[in-house]
Amino acid sequence: MLRYTVKRLGSLLASLVVASLVIFACIEVVPGDPASFMLGINAQPDTVAALREELGLNRAPHERYIAWVGGLMTGDFGTSYTYRSPVSEIVVERLAISLPLAIYALSLTILVAFPVGILAATRRGSLTDISVMATTQLGIAIPNFWFALLMVLIFAVNLRWFSAGGFPGWDEGIPAAIKALTLPAIALALPQASILARVMRSSLLDTLSEDYIRTARAKGLTGRQALRRHALRNALIPVLTIIGLQFSFLLAGAIIIENVFFLPGLGRLVFQAISQRDLIVVESVVMLLVFAVIIVNFLVDLAYAWVDPRLRSRA
Amino acid sequence: MIKIQQSATAFALLALTAGGAWAAKADVTIGMQLEPPHLDPTSAAAGAIDQALYSNVFEGLTRFGPDGSVGPGLAESWEISADGTMYTFNLREGVKFHDGTDFEATDVVFSLDRARAEDSANAQKALFSGIKSVEAIDPTTVVVTLNAPQGNFLFNMAWGDAVIVAPESIDDIKSNPVGTGAFKFSEWKRGDSITIERNADYWGAAPALEQATFKYISEPTAAFSAMMAGDIDAFYSYPAPENLVQFEADPRFTVLAGNTEGETILAINNKMEPFGDVRVRKAVSMALDRQAIIDGAMFGYGTPIGTHFAPHHPDYVDLTGNAPHDPEGAKALLAEAGYPDGFETTLKLPPPSYARRGGEIIAAQLRDVGIEAEISNLEWAQWLEQVFRGYDYGLTIVSHTEPMDIGIYARPTYYFQYDNSEFQALITALSVENDPATRTEMLQEAQRIISEDYVNGFLFQLALTSVVDARLDGIWPDAPTQAVDLTGVSWTE
Repeated sequence: MLRYTVKRLGSLLASLVVASLVIFACIEVVPGDPASFMLGINAQPDTVAALREELGLNRAPHERYIAWVGGLMTGDFGTSYTYRSPVSEIVVERLAISLPLAIYALSLTILVAFPVGILAATRRGSLTDISVMATTQLGIAIPNFWFALLMVLIFAVNLRWFSAGGFPGWDEGIPAAIKALTLPAIALALPQASILARVMRSSLLDTLSEDYIRTARAKGLTGRQALRRHALRNALIPVLTIIGLQFSFLLAGAIIIENVFFLPGLGRLVFQAISQRDLIVVESVVMLLVFAVIIVNFLVDLAYAWVDPRLRSRA
Repeated sequence: MIKIQQSATAFALLALTAGGAWAAKADVTIGMQLEPPHLDPTSAAAGAIDQALYSNVFEGLTRFGPDGSVGPGLAESWEISADGTMYTFNLREGVKFHDGTDFEATDVVFSLDRARAEDSANAQKALFSGIKSVEAIDPTTVVVTLNAPQGNFLFNMAWGDAVIVAPESIDDIKSNPVGTGAFKFSEWKRGDSITIERNADYWGAAPALEQATFKYISEPTAAFSAMMAGDIDAFYSYPAPENLVQFEADPRFTVLAGNTEGETILAINNKMEPFGDVRVRKAVSMALDRQAIIDGAMFGYGTPIGTHFAPHHPDYVDLTGNAPHDPEGAKALLAEAGYPDGFETTLKLPPPSYARRGGEIIAAQLRDVGIEAEISNLEWAQWLEQVFRGYDYGLTIVSHTEPMDIGIYARPTYYFQYDNSEFQALITALSVENDPATRTEMLQEAQRIISEDYVNGFLFQLALTSVVDARLDGIWPDAPTQAVDLTGVSWTE
């Protein structure tokens, strides 16, 4: 298990270095100057030049790369050009929404997908199975922003149970914050739960037809016991892969839902930073997301080894 | 029966408390589309900073009224020397900054010197370029000496970029703005909202509101649902004109339709062939059907203009007749200029909907006279790079939101590259002219010159449409400057 872990850690580090180079290079080629953007179309050229100097934009690319990576390693993410405050501070504020939202949505996803997927697999071909397949097909097909708007119209505009969006902040109390994240989490979870339920079902169907299940039944285990002790555990590998991908997606890819509910999350931060050419924010946040994705994948790798001991020896 | 009674009592109580809450309502939540990048109005172009803070938190020597007139602000009165180069400002006494420090003449000297300094990051540094010196005579008297007389100096001092800041609080101004206004800054939840609250020590009349929150909602559909769900009391500059009819029909809301200082133009690259030829530029202008553009792109909101000047300004001249919509005439002009079959050009569009929607309509109108304009959609940063600084465009659409900005036509390197020495001389003369009647004449002459030179296709004055709770009173319908002045806002019930 140790060798397996070390090997995974090595590839993790390599990915980070490559990612930092790619991100920096991409940002370098993007046209557009943050100083001009901030000062608008009435500014005098010498004012723009003074601001460029102040922001350190006149330094050579390799100097800026080294300064940036060096800063990252010491936990200094730099100072945002537009907001003029530390990037780490801004990111932490945004993570206070994006992280709980991603966890909330993923919990809903798992809570719905697991029982539904298992139910459909164990009753293959039944009316339950067919309706699960039909509903999840619909769940994947419905664009989630449309579903989100529909929920806003029903629950915020007509029934007034929820606000149409916004986030009161955690200092207003946990119930208020959870309430504000509920509709967005449901909107995010709908397609993800549909996907995960289908993966769960098909993966479980595969393992249920394996020889060892027949052996287990022959040993005298009931269908339910065989499912719990043997089939489920083996069916989990593809499901874990999908969960890992879904979490990464939910953390960074919620931008459309963030816009519908005007939530100040990470996705919107990156989107705005790109259009404002706040390059230091873009670089640092993208790097952070890469880091998060890599960590999640690392954890998923470890989880594979946990559910399937054969993987440990193979490494 | 007892049960019913109980619930009736409970209901009555509820009604009472609710009624009480209404009577005491002294807070307001205002939706807006763009969030400020930081909170220093004196070092960024972002209009969103002024919208939240101008005259609410920060004040200048002079200030804009709802109709765009300039009146006293922190300066109670002023005297102008006979030659027009010396302004003596008498400051209000007993004014305090929100951090408790006194507002004094030295703060004015600090603010103006900071704005015109060599390393100043002021986005409107030109406002201060005519200042020779700023001196504090005593704590309540400041003398500003100009290099030459400057007709619009008091107007310039009313801008958000010219507000008075204090040296004690300048280091944190971007996150903790300290001004002298009727409201003091309370909290900024970045990405979400800014809250300001009543300043108990305000020198002037106390505002009716105790607290105001600006809530930032960029998505038009989200703006609609937030308004409908009652999350916000007003949406300033409502982003989806297509919904306005629905709000107008709903008695809970009032729709305010007013003017902005935004001249929306089809800018022409005057140095790019074939646009160097005035006949070609005139043909472009004649190809435009302004009303169709306003109806199609702005759902009917907007006033046609024939020059670069705000129609609500007293000195405005209606010159829309210089280029009436006449596709046949435009074709004839193009043929005369040597382009009987028209030509191809580019039409580069920044993100606002007036540009994107207007661009499609304008491209179709140009096609009718034989001009093939290839549309490309740019983000602002790209637009600044390619169009504004790189002159790499044929046509573009922009709304120029600064008030009284006809002077940009006197800058030959400005992005539309209009170079006319007669016009430049006129603007130089105007800047030192103090006589109101002569100023009016000169301003009207300036409007005529650019209109008759067909420098740009002058489209329409951008309208300001806000949706407001019908019980809320005092929101400015017009935007003489980018400000949401809340000092006169109150609830009527």
